Amino acid sequence: MRPAWSVILLTTLIGAGQGLFLALYAVDAYDAARGQASLAPFFVAAAIAASLALVGAGLLASFFHLGHPERAWRSAAMWRTSWLSREVIALPLFLALVALYGALHWLGSLQGALLAGALAALACAALFVCTGMIYACLKFLQEWHTPLTVTNFVLLGSASGLTAAAALAAWLQPALVRGYVVAALALGALAYLGRLASLRRNARLRPISNLASAIGVKHPRIVQIAQGAMGGSFNTREFFHGRPREVVRAVRWSMLALVFPVPALLLFGGSQSAPVLGAAFLLQYAGLLAERWYFFAEAKHPQNLYYQAIA
Amino acid sequence: MTKQLALVIDLNVCVGCHACVTSCKQWNTSGEAGFLSDDNPYGADPTGTFFNRVQTFEVGEFPNTETVHFPKSCLHCEDPPCVPVCPTGASYKRAEDGIVLVDYDKCIGCKYCSWACPYGAREVDEHQKVMKKCTLCVDRIYDAKLPEAERKPACVLACPTSARLFGDIHDPQSAASQAIREQGGYALMPEWGTHPANHYLPRRKTTKHLHPDELERHDNPLKVDGQLPRPAPGEPALDDVTSW
Repeated sequence: MRPAWSVILLTTLIGAGQGLFLALYAVDAYDAARGQASLAPFFVAAAIAASLALVGAGLLASFFHLGHPERAWRSAAMWRTSWLSREVIALPLFLALVALYGALHWLGSLQGALLAGALAALACAALFVCTGMIYACLKFLQEWHTPLTVTNFVLLGSASGLTAAAALAAWLQPALVRGYVVAALALGALAYLGRLASLRRNARLRPISNLASAIGVKHPRIVQIAQGAMGGSFNTREFFHGRPREVVRAVRWSMLALVFPVPALLLFGGSQSAPVLGAAFLLQYAGLLAERWYFFAEAKHPQNLYYQAIA
Repeated sequence: MTKQLALVIDLNVCVGCHACVTSCKQWNTSGEAGFLSDDNPYGADPTGTFFNRVQTFEVGEFPNTETVHFPKSCLHCEDPPCVPVCPTGASYKRAEDGIVLVDYDKCIGCKYCSWACPYGAREVDEHQKVMKKCTLCVDRIYDAKLPEAERKPACVLACPTSARLFGDIHDPQSAASQAIREQGGYALMPEWGTHPANHYLPRRKTTKHLHPDELERHDNPLKVDGQLPRPAPGEPALDDVTSW
C-alpha cells in the first residue's frame, strides 16, 4: 500500500494525544483513589491542551486524505457497519470529553472532572479500537488482519503519550517525572515487543491469493503481459509504495531504532530536564512516523496481482 | 428470489481487442453522472479512470505458452466487502437487481472502499475526487426509450466475438446462468468469500484424440492389403480403376 502522509499523521498524532490524556487521567484517578490531590493545575492544563492539540492536529491531517472534505460530516452515517464511521464519531467525542474534563478541572470541580475523565477514557479506548480495526478488519490485507494491529496502535500510542507526559512533567511538575519515565519505559518496551511480534508474523505470511486464483487459470507459471493501460492508473498509484528496497529497509531500521531503543536511552539517562525528555518524545514520534510508513508499505494488497506489468 | 444482474465473460472467446473498454468509456463518459477523466491522453504518461480494462497474461513456459486476455471490471459481488466499510453509505448494493453502485453526491473520496476490494475494481476519479466503478450501465439497461435488444451494458453490445453475456444469474433459465452451469463458469479469488456475481468461462481447448482402431482398419485385422503384389508396369494401377 502507498503510505499516505495524511493517514500516517492522523494515526500517530491521535495516538500520542490519547496516550497523553491517559497518562494524565491515570495519575488523577490514582490521586482520587488514595484521596490526595497531587496534580499541579498548570501541568493539568498543559497536558490537556497538548492532548487536544495533538488529536486536533491529527483530525486536521485526516481532512487532507479526503477528495471532498466538505462532505466529511456524512461519514458518521454508517457506524453500524464501518469502523471508519465509528472512528469519525469516537474522535470528536473524545475531543469534547477531554475538553470537558479539562474545563471541570480548571473550575475546581474535581468530582465532575473525574467522571468526565472516566467517560473520556472510555471514548479514548473506543477510538483506539476503531482506529486499529479500520486496518485489522480488512481480511485480505493479511499483514493488517491480526489483533496485533489493534494492540500495537494502543501500545505505541500510549507509550508516546507517556513520553510526552514525562517531558511535560519535567517542565511543569518535576515530582511526576520519575513515575512517567518508568511507565513510558514499560509501555515502550511492551509496544516494541508487540511491533516485533507483528514484524515476525508478517515475515512468515504466505499470500492466500495468487495469479492462478486471480484469473482462474490453474497453472504455476503465469506472467502478466499487459494490464490494460499504457501509463499508470489509480491501481498502480494507490497500492504500491513505489520506493526502492533500500528506502524501505532504511525506514524499517529507523523505526526499529527510534520507536524504543533511542528514546529509552534518553529516558534511562535519569535526566529530569525537559529538553532531554522533549527530545526523547520527538525522536520517538519520528520513529512512529517511520513505523506507520512501514505499516502501510509492508501491506501487500491482492489487487497488485493484476498490476504487475505495465506494457 | 431477488435478481442479481451480472456479466459472464468467456475467456475462450475473448480476443483482447479492447472494444469493451472503449465502448464502456464512451458510454460512461457521456452520461449524466459526469465524465470519466483522462490526463495526458496523448502524452508520455497517459492516465485516466476506466470501469473496465482488458489485461493479458501468458500462461506456461515457452514453447508451451498460451495467451489469456482477461477483461476485468467490478464483479458486483453478492457479498461485497467494499460496501459495509463505506463510512457515508455512498457505496451500496441495490436490493432490486444486485448492482453495486457509488452515489457520487455522497462519496467523500476517502478511498477506503478501494482498499476493501481485493480485485482492484474501484478507481478514484482524479478530477471529480470520487470513487468510480462499473455500473453495469445502469443508465442504459432500464432505458425504455432504447429498443429491447439494446438494453444491455455497452461492453456487451460492443464485443465482436460475443464473449460477454449479460443476465440475471439468479434466474436458472437465463443465458448467463446456463453458461455458468454448463460451461464451467467460475468466480475470481473464491478464497475471500465475496461471491462475485460476474463469472468467467474457462479456456477450452479443442483437441482430436485418435484411437488405435482409427489408424488400423477394423475390418481387416490381417492387413492383407499391404501384402498384395505390386501391379506390373503395364497393368492398370489403382488410380486407373476408380470405377470400383
